[in-house]
Amino acid sequence: MSTIDLGMPTSGIAGVPLLAHGEQQTKRDFTSDQEVRWCPGCGDYIILNAVQSFLPELGLRRENIVFISGIGCSSRFPYYLDTYGMHSIHGRAPAIATGLATSRPDLSVWVVTGDGDALSIGGNHLIHALRRNVNLKILLFNNKIYGLTKGQYSPTSEVGAVTKSTPFGSVDQPFNPISLALGAEASFVARTIDSDRKHLTDVLRAAAQHRGSALVEIYQNCPIFNDGAFDVLKDAQESVARVLRLVDGEPVRAGEGDDARVVIRTDAGELELVPEPGADPARVVVHDASAPNPAAAFAMSRFDGPDMTTVPMGIFRNVARPTYDDGVRAQVAAASPDGPATDDELLALLHGGDTWSVTG
Amino acid sequence: MSNLKQINSVVVRFAGDSGDGMQLTGDRFTSDSAVLGIDLSTLPNFPAEIRAPQGTLPGVSSFQLHFADHSALTPGDAPDVLVAMNPAALKANLGDLPRGSTIIVNSDEFTKRNLSKVGYPTSPLDDDSLEAWQVHAVPLTSITVEALADFDLGRKDKERAKNMFTLGLLSWMYTRPLDGTYAFLRTKFAKQPDILEANLTALRAGHAYGETTEAFSVQYAVAPAPMEPGTYRNITGNVATAYGLATAAHRAKLPLVLGSYPITPASDLLHNLSRLKHFGVTTIQAEDEIAAVGSALGASFGGAIGVTTTSGPGLALKSETIGLAVALELPLVVIDVQRGGPSTGLPTKTEQADLLQAMFGRNGESPVAVIAANSPADCFEAAVDAVRIATTYRTPVILLTDGYLANGSQPWRLPASIDELPDLSVEFASEPNATDAKGNPVFHPYVRDAETLARAWAVPGTPGLEHRVGGIEKADGTGEISYDPANHDHMVRTRQAKIDGIVVPDLAVDDPSGDAKLLVLGWGSTYGPIAAGVRLARATGARVARAHLRNLAPLPANLGDVLRSYDRVLLPEMNLGQLALLLRGKYLVDIRSHTAVRGLPFTAVEIATAIDEHLDKLDGLVGDQEGTA
Repeated sequence: MSTIDLGMPTSGIAGVPLLAHGEQQTKRDFTSDQEVRWCPGCGDYIILNAVQSFLPELGLRRENIVFISGIGCSSRFPYYLDTYGMHSIHGRAPAIATGLATSRPDLSVWVVTGDGDALSIGGNHLIHALRRNVNLKILLFNNKIYGLTKGQYSPTSEVGAVTKSTPFGSVDQPFNPISLALGAEASFVARTIDSDRKHLTDVLRAAAQHRGSALVEIYQNCPIFNDGAFDVLKDAQESVARVLRLVDGEPVRAGEGDDARVVIRTDAGELELVPEPGADPARVVVHDASAPNPAAAFAMSRFDGPDMTTVPMGIFRNVARPTYDDGVRAQVAAASPDGPATDDELLALLHGGDTWSVTG
Repeated sequence: MSNLKQINSVVVRFAGDSGDGMQLTGDRFTSDSAVLGIDLSTLPNFPAEIRAPQGTLPGVSSFQLHFADHSALTPGDAPDVLVAMNPAALKANLGDLPRGSTIIVNSDEFTKRNLSKVGYPTSPLDDDSLEAWQVHAVPLTSITVEALADFDLGRKDKERAKNMFTLGLLSWMYTRPLDGTYAFLRTKFAKQPDILEANLTALRAGHAYGETTEAFSVQYAVAPAPMEPGTYRNITGNVATAYGLATAAHRAKLPLVLGSYPITPASDLLHNLSRLKHFGVTTIQAEDEIAAVGSALGASFGGAIGVTTTSGPGLALKSETIGLAVALELPLVVIDVQRGGPSTGLPTKTEQADLLQAMFGRNGESPVAVIAANSPADCFEAAVDAVRIATTYRTPVILLTDGYLANGSQPWRLPASIDELPDLSVEFASEPNATDAKGNPVFHPYVRDAETLARAWAVPGTPGLEHRVGGIEKADGTGEISYDPANHDHMVRTRQAKIDGIVVPDLAVDDPSGDAKLLVLGWGSTYGPIAAGVRLARATGARVARAHLRNLAPLPANLGDVLRSYDRVLLPEMNLGQLALLLRGKYLVDIRSHTAVRGLPFTAVEIATAIDEHLDKLDGLVGDQEGTA
């Protein structure tokens, strides 16, 4: 795309101070002194571990990193990272982070949220942060259940889910978070899973580098209220058959050998998953997350089958477009070519319009 | 040549269809009066609908202006002159007109169709129903069109200039110079020379019409009012608030971030601030009221002055985030331009019924500082003060203005230099402020200043001070999550003590007789009407004291003593007695309420009448059975 020709930064961490040459950080530097209080076996531990291990590689000054969360199990995340952090209120983290990121270009701002926090009570803020393309990295831990309130169905729980609040099964149609994000004009949308450390880290790395809003959906197991929700994706054999790997420049396929399936484009222009043996090579879709038109990414997101028979994983979309915060700051900068207003300029503003004098 | 009469004050009301340009006409007449040094006070009054059906009662918009050779104080109780651009405007306003006052109507609009729209069976211009008033029926539309005969414009465009013709006529009547309006029009229509010329011509024609028509034989002049020496401008409350915020940010040397969502009558704050980027102001039009306050709070966390502007329904939506700011102990300025409620209520009308919401409208014990501006010009200082308290004490501050202050205007004495304004410099934390168990220096976010109880404001980007804050109760000092009962009790009391300890000036009492038994107490925008009512009462010999509250949380330290030193305290409020409820509870003083919620400010006569009634009761002239009114 050619929409970033505005002299704007192109990396998600541009403008954030780096460590001095030779300085090194390790996972320990990002570990706070707080005792981690998630349930034993919670997927959040793995994600925390991966994030703490990954952050040093960005080479950013620790004090210039901020994690903001909402409410829910995942939202305790900031307490365990030795950066600046705010545990805010339910659903509102993207709004709070928007204010911070807009006023502080020298910060790398991350939002940690869950399926209830981001997609239910905070749905409005999520879509508008994505639409505006604020330079935020949004980590959406999706366990398809409300954990902290002890087991009610969430906006990603499947129809029929039997939970504390749906003893006869949920009748709610769930959101597909990827489709939702793409519909909200998101410029970076990815899905990964807590158990695949390498994939998770690769996705985080790409998200951090992306200038603009990055939505990363992370499938995360809740061992207490929705245990095993993603087991089929964690089983070596099952996952091979079910997971559609999204890798730039490669065909999108699941399965191996004779059972392999591949995504092709039909005459009607639609994407279809067909057995790879015998598929017309000319029709095989080669993944391109940077495609300007989000249609292919959206079609890809619709391969989410019921019961996770097919689950696309990876970066669906990664395009450059102007960010809200860069745009806002550019306007302020353009209005102040000679720096901040002087006393005289302020006085002139106050004295603007028709004035008159009264003498003593 | 007509004869010229000197008068002390006049109240003029311009009324017409929402699309007739009455607000603009009133605005210009105001500016042209202000530059003469005449004191004034204005009250725009318009429907919530942008363009209600033409010629109907719901579509009537008006602008009232009171100008005087003494302190005007209010927009005036009742018009001396009504300009009615159509039958609807006449019908909607006639009830407010004292007998003998002047009515100027646009007779062209008194057609059968327009008359029937508002239920006039026959034209009131043709029968004797308006006998009690001095009526000038002027075909404003057709004269304007005629005056513009040579212009190559459509009839609609020519008709549209009738408000300038009207302004010209009124300017002649009240000996106003037209220069200000010439300049205004030249800027406004710089890119439409035809329209500009048409408007200038209509304005001049109106002026000439007054001069040459025998019907208007008298011209009136109002002398300049005595005012403190200085440079003045006319200003509305919303502009004054916006300028106050920008000025405070300038004096604090911090960026100001406004998170806002459009809502009447607060939207002009967003509009005005969005033009002040050069003054370090960033505006975010958020997706909703909650995101608006959220983005402001996020900016405050980052070391900016976070501000959000709204009206009552929006304040309700922001409650939870304001509560978070109370827990985080970060600066946050919330401006509530009050309007009639509950729910959508009366979006374009004024009220003071959000006081209890501002004080208590959050879960838990959630104290914030509350300030109420008392006049359009006072909004400037009130906004500066709100920022000062927020940054000094690291607390949310709710500034209450209202629709009357926001849209009303008055002369404002401008600061001669920026140095006159308080220095609002802020110090961020830069060093560790505690030691851990091993004796290493660490940063504890809830270590407090002994005097203000404000916690350290350590902004991201400061090395070594990395910390986490949140809405869960924290241990005082370390800021770690704490569910300890004693700590929670301590923190709840500490947050309250911090608000209670904010230094605010003592309440000043105006009691010229020195022996008044009755105190009239007010807060917020009732300042003008109460002062005018007290002036009226005193003119008839009443001995009455007056005081006005600006700080509502905390209240001035001497307030209890003041209340107890009068036999009776009368408290007029545009709600059902919200401040009276608070003061009765806090001071055990039998405050007498005088309340009205009509969407309009009190009149001076109404206040003076209430004063007289209470004085009669105090003197034992009348029984006093009802307790509070």
